[in-house]
Amino acid sequence: MIVELGHFALVLAFLICLVQVILPAWGAQIGEARLMRVGEPAALLQLGLLIVAFGALTHAYIVSDFSVSNVWANSHSTKPLIYRISGVWGNHEGSMLLWVLILALFGAAVAAFGSNLPTTLRANVLSVQASIALAFLLFILLTSNPFTRLDPVPLDGRGLNPILQDPALAFHPPFLYAGYVGFSMAYSFAIAGLIEGRTDAAWARWVRPWTLAAWMCLTVGIAMGSWWAYYELGWGGWWFWDPVENASFMPWLAGTALLHSAVVMEKREALKVWTILLAILTFSLSLMGAFLVRSGVLSSVHAFAVDPQRGVFILGIMSVFIGGALTLYAWRAPSLRQGGLFAPISREGGLVLNNVLLTTATGTVLVGTLYPLALEAINGAKISVGPPYFNATFVPLMVPLLLALPFGPLLAWKRGDVYAALQRLMIAGLLAIGAAVVVFAFVERGPWLAPFAIALGVWVVAGAISELLFRARAGNAQGAEVLRRLGNLPRSVYGTAIAHAGVGIMVIGIAATSAWQSEKILTMRPGQTAQIAGYELTFKGVAPNDGPNYREIIGLMTVSRGGSLVTELAPSKRQYNAPPQATSEAGIYVALAGDLYAVLGDDAGDGAWAVRLYFNPLVRLIWIGAVIMFIGGAFSLSDRRLRVGAPSRRRPRRPAPTPAPAE
Amino acid sequence: MRFSVRTLLLLSLLLLPGAAHAVQPNEVLKDPALEARARALSAQLRCLVCQNQSIDDSDAPLAKDLRLLVRERLVAGDSDQEVTRFLVARYGEFVLLRPPLSGNTLLLWLTPLLLLAAAAGGIGWRLAAARKVRAPPAPLTADEQRRLAGLLKEPPAEK
Repeated sequence: MIVELGHFALVLAFLICLVQVILPAWGAQIGEARLMRVGEPAALLQLGLLIVAFGALTHAYIVSDFSVSNVWANSHSTKPLIYRISGVWGNHEGSMLLWVLILALFGAAVAAFGSNLPTTLRANVLSVQASIALAFLLFILLTSNPFTRLDPVPLDGRGLNPILQDPALAFHPPFLYAGYVGFSMAYSFAIAGLIEGRTDAAWARWVRPWTLAAWMCLTVGIAMGSWWAYYELGWGGWWFWDPVENASFMPWLAGTALLHSAVVMEKREALKVWTILLAILTFSLSLMGAFLVRSGVLSSVHAFAVDPQRGVFILGIMSVFIGGALTLYAWRAPSLRQGGLFAPISREGGLVLNNVLLTTATGTVLVGTLYPLALEAINGAKISVGPPYFNATFVPLMVPLLLALPFGPLLAWKRGDVYAALQRLMIAGLLAIGAAVVVFAFVERGPWLAPFAIALGVWVVAGAISELLFRARAGNAQGAEVLRRLGNLPRSVYGTAIAHAGVGIMVIGIAATSAWQSEKILTMRPGQTAQIAGYELTFKGVAPNDGPNYREIIGLMTVSRGGSLVTELAPSKRQYNAPPQATSEAGIYVALAGDLYAVLGDDAGDGAWAVRLYFNPLVRLIWIGAVIMFIGGAFSLSDRRLRVGAPSRRRPRRPAPTPAPAE
Repeated sequence: MRFSVRTLLLLSLLLLPGAAHAVQPNEVLKDPALEARARALSAQLRCLVCQNQSIDDSDAPLAKDLRLLVRERLVAGDSDQEVTRFLVARYGEFVLLRPPLSGNTLLLWLTPLLLLAAAAGGIGWRLAAARKVRAPPAPLTADEQRRLAGLLKEPPAEK
């Protein structure tokens, strides 16, 4: 009954969506306020109905209702509650339902908080947003219905892939989707702006916080996935340039560029035409990510053929939304008025450089990901484009970006003084050079480039701090006064500095762990000791253990340093019952200098086991950096001047043709 | 990041259950310099039956065979290039994770440069357009000069 209710709510949401696509846009076209006002209740109702649908599916998972095909295929009665819940989006149908739910959430946010938006803009945005939801609801109802029943009812489910049964991965998809789908907001505003032929600072003022929120979610989502891959896949790696990873990374890169260009548009009314294009491209990359992952076209050409209906459907959605948007752009963009001239050396100029490098990096990742597919389609040649290609192209693009990054916030709008900025960055530069010298002198092995990479990270962090001190005019004041001035800085200034520092910290982590990871692969007998990175690791043997839905063999190890016991590690090999599958859990000891990482391999006979040991120096900084970037975004978002729905001093201009609402 | 269930399922099908973690202790060569070369080479070679893994990362039996093959060739005295050439001759360029520069991959390798050039071109075009807008108006023609002089000399109509 509850399941049918959910199904019914889903169909109803589709119909409401249809209304929301047509009426507000039509109203905006003919200037009829009553039609335009249909958008808000429709958006809220759509959200309500999708919450009901999602709730119904979640309920079916919690009570293990195996009469629902989707629950049977992806859940099991012995699974812990949290993974029964995360199982809702741990499969194709459920994750698509989550996708439209988040889409509706963003649409409802416009309806609920958008009262200060121009009426026609709001109506058009709600229509565009609903049209995306409409396409995906149709997709769900026609090809991926999660509410299909089974008869006869199976006794138990097939279970969720055990490597998905993990806390980080349970919340990885919702964050990722909030990011992907959050960019739909920028897209809808871009399309609405193009339809109206007018975008201004009020437009950017709205788009920026929502893009920022989406970007924050995507940052955390990607970091969670990376963290999970690090401890769960047992290779000690944290990024693999896998096509599926690239699918989430491309919208992130484009979204980062969008965040920065929207600043220029908001503050200086410049780069309008470019920002609109970037908004369209960012969401297009999100859609493409969904297509690549959902259709399976990247994993193999055959996976696409296995499920042609879904793949073709999403391809159709993609063509309509990307093709349509670009056509509209080509038609309307020339009529947008360009504003705000600026000199090449200026804050705007710096942000243009940021955009050039980030979009080039996005394009390179895109081409690298799709090139083998395209080449095979064109002349049948089979090549691989793997991590060596991406490292060789991506890193050289990031180096100038990181070098230039501290300059950006220190340059003035319109016309900046690069020498003055350099003076303010003197201390940061000296710190960076010092870091390179220290690393070069005291760390023995490793590639010769590594000290420079560390210096680059230090440069970015110190540059971010320098910016705060400069803004607080710390040079001409004493301690307490500096603190007072620092306290008075707007939160968005802190947001920028914190997020930039996060980037630098991440760079340090990446550089250190890439250059100085140490690894040992060996067979250990009980009582045998191995040395790695100054630790002595003694293998004590193995012990069996039973979990809720798996059995495991735990390898017991003690770790000591200089004769005193530090910790015990217990890497394990697990065998899950449903579905029957083996996984391995790494044993990780976290220290300030890095992670000691142990993986239990195969039984080598006679009580000996294969063991892999890693020491990953400063690897935590990669995810800590991502979290700091998130915190920076949150600071910026909490700035009153940017806060969503906060009354703005500048009232948005209302377009002339809109008649006053008849009360 | 492998958040797609389908991908994960595929991945898990390909990783044979029970087998663990790529390079095994008994594969490691005695000579650390040779082993380091073997590892560096393995990281650049694709496991042909896996999704997107190098033979260094993969648990598939084929990857193990290739790892052993690489080590065998190295022990036999092959240079890194010779090992790579041997594998390409056997499995095609598909085995290389870093595609070599050729007619087929020219566009791939030029992508970043082309994009940067396009960006530079676009910015240059915008700057030129902006300069044109800001350019001072053309000087008056001789005819206009004369008219201007005439207008200035003319006494005010009234007063």
